[in-house]
Amino acid sequence: MASAPEATRRESEPEEQRVPVRSRRVLITGLSTYWGGRLAQALERDPSIEALIGVDNHDPTRELERTEFVRVGTQHALLRRIVEAAEIDTVIDTRLVVDSVTTSARNAHENNVIGTMNILAACSGRGSGVRKLVFKSSAHYYGTEQDDPAFFTESMSRPHPARTPIERDIVEAEAAVGHFAGDNPDVSVSLLRFTNVLGAGVRTSHTAMLDLPVVPTIFGFDPRYQFVHEDDVVGALRHVVTNDLPGVYNVAADGVLILTEVAGLLGKTYAPVIPPWGTGLAVAAMRRLGLRIPPEMVGQMRLGRGLDNRKLKATGFTYRHTSREAVAKLAEHQRLHPVLRGVREPYRYEREVEEFLRWSPNVRGADTRGEGRLSPRQLVEMQKLLEPYMNAEEDLRPRERPAPIEHYDDLTAAELVPLVRSLAPDDLRTLRRHEESARGRKTVLGAIDQALARAAAPEAGT
Amino acid sequence: MARDERSTLRMEAERDAASAEPLGATLPARRDEDLRRHLPGVEAERQVTDWGRSERVEGLMDRTLYDFFYNYWFRCEVEGIENVPASGGGLVVSNHSGALPPDAAMIGKAIKEEHSTPRPLHITVEHFFKGYPGFSMLLPKIGCVAAHPANVQRLLHDESQLVLVFPEGRKGTEKLYKDRYKLRRFGRGGFVEAAMRARVPIVPVCVVGAEEAAPIFAHLTALQRLTGLLYFPLTPTFPHFGLLGMAGYLPAKFKIRFLEPIDLSGGEDEALWEDKALVQTVAHEVRARIQENLFEMVRTRRSVWFG
Repeated sequence: MASAPEATRRESEPEEQRVPVRSRRVLITGLSTYWGGRLAQALERDPSIEALIGVDNHDPTRELERTEFVRVGTQHALLRRIVEAAEIDTVIDTRLVVDSVTTSARNAHENNVIGTMNILAACSGRGSGVRKLVFKSSAHYYGTEQDDPAFFTESMSRPHPARTPIERDIVEAEAAVGHFAGDNPDVSVSLLRFTNVLGAGVRTSHTAMLDLPVVPTIFGFDPRYQFVHEDDVVGALRHVVTNDLPGVYNVAADGVLILTEVAGLLGKTYAPVIPPWGTGLAVAAMRRLGLRIPPEMVGQMRLGRGLDNRKLKATGFTYRHTSREAVAKLAEHQRLHPVLRGVREPYRYEREVEEFLRWSPNVRGADTRGEGRLSPRQLVEMQKLLEPYMNAEEDLRPRERPAPIEHYDDLTAAELVPLVRSLAPDDLRTLRRHEESARGRKTVLGAIDQALARAAAPEAGT
Repeated sequence: MARDERSTLRMEAERDAASAEPLGATLPARRDEDLRRHLPGVEAERQVTDWGRSERVEGLMDRTLYDFFYNYWFRCEVEGIENVPASGGGLVVSNHSGALPPDAAMIGKAIKEEHSTPRPLHITVEHFFKGYPGFSMLLPKIGCVAAHPANVQRLLHDESQLVLVFPEGRKGTEKLYKDRYKLRRFGRGGFVEAAMRARVPIVPVCVVGAEEAAPIFAHLTALQRLTGLLYFPLTPTFPHFGLLGMAGYLPAKFKIRFLEPIDLSGGEDEALWEDKALVQTVAHEVRARIQENLFEMVRTRRSVWFG
């Protein structure tokens, strides 16, 4: 997507001396999250990536063709062995929990902080083959405060300590990634901070709120909201993996909306039902009624947040949707969803089926899957299968040569036997095949065998 | 939600915090390239700008309240409008007064009415308003942005806009009637630094009349604590006429004088803002010019109400 002059200009800059890291053997953590699955699907189509391994603590939720899934514990404690065994050069971490209603605070902490620590440990250390780390983070890193700038840039840190558990986790995880980058200067570390994601495939606290018939707002507030479409999230991750862009990047679509505008785009009204004072109590009451507004979302509904997305755009990435278009897409989905509900079966991972499809020699067209790339194991299988035919081909070659004895077919067995002894082993073999297929005389064959044995004996002796 | 005492113009403090950022320090940074060409394009279907400014709300205010106050109530008289640049960024620096200050709106209206190329003016306000219900909803829609150095830099440099700052901040608006037209300290010179970084001129402005339009006689501290506002003034119409009393201005005659712009662009590779002494000198110079002109305007004024 990079325009050609721009790409060449960047490469000609003196500071671009660093050799870009080419990803060939990729490990995705959080394969079973929406993002891990989508990214694996996208990378499967990239022929320059030879191995694609995904780990998670539960089964994949998206259909994958050549990605190998390994189930690991939440803490990713044994990851190092997988990384070493598969000679992984690129680790993509899509596993961070950024919405606190998806899991309990304790699970989220375990995943976000301890999990990150172990994943970084698996990538670092002497002899580690990992050359690139891509870490998916969130704009919750910046938090929401009243003295925030209107557009956060990547170099800004939050002026106040984190207020909510999920923000604390994210800040802590990012700090760990920062230390990792400092300790491993030869590893290219990219960190992406994503703003709120919208799309048909994702369910977040925000999509839940926007699905309501009336959008609730905090009285007296009309916060600024920036979104990114789910396709652009996958696109940005892929862009960073293939182009090797170390550093921190904000990922947010062009355009910052306000909440009332969002409601308008969705064709809904809004109701300022949440009081500006005592918001915590009101939110707790709403949780009783079934609408869960996590604390980090309350901050956004009050003060809003905008990101400066120009750094990633300057690397040649192009967003396919603006914030407004992402909301418009969500509106389309909301209109279509009740009609489509239940029509499409959701994908279910079944280990035996997946393994059969990947490894069974009976699967036809196996070599056409994954753009004609075979896993090492498949290659071995294929070689075994082809071995007999390869030998046969070798045997067929001498047939083109003229027969070693002229008028062979006219001679009798008694005449042939003395002649046979003077022939070279190659000719003998040709002759033997000919005799077998033509007349099959036992005396001639025996003489040839004897001569062959004699020819082989000195060779064997040396 | 919480009132934050620290939330004034905190240029220095925030910059220090930014430089202590752990990742920025350890990850190799790409050289700063000109990101201006990557600014988002304008979508015609949008109702507000990316800053939250709404043409509809602003237009409505302009046609009703602003028009009335500008033409009939304050009868604004404008001098030196040609000093406002017709294109490119510009930092308009003004004195500040009035319980609910009418000066910002009148300066904006003056540029819209009198200038050869009417331009929108972005008004910097305290962060406090972003966290206060009602203000938070309304102020961005009529062109106010929080006075954060990054916001000012983006508006001035990246988007080439006009920005209005009041270096006195709330110290200017909360001063009592007896201290009228005496300028307060001009912050820490952050506005000069912002103009230098963005390489735009500073246009000083003097506003006479706002002090008498909304005089403050006293501050009611107990009510201030109760409401969580920045200050709770006692004016001729507030608080006894309720919230509307906040806008109950007396019909003083307004005079707005735009002074000669001060060019701070410097050389292409010069980082003028790093010279703290120069920043302070320029800040004092701007303050002195405005103060001098204010005294001169007050001296020659025959009547508070008729000019």
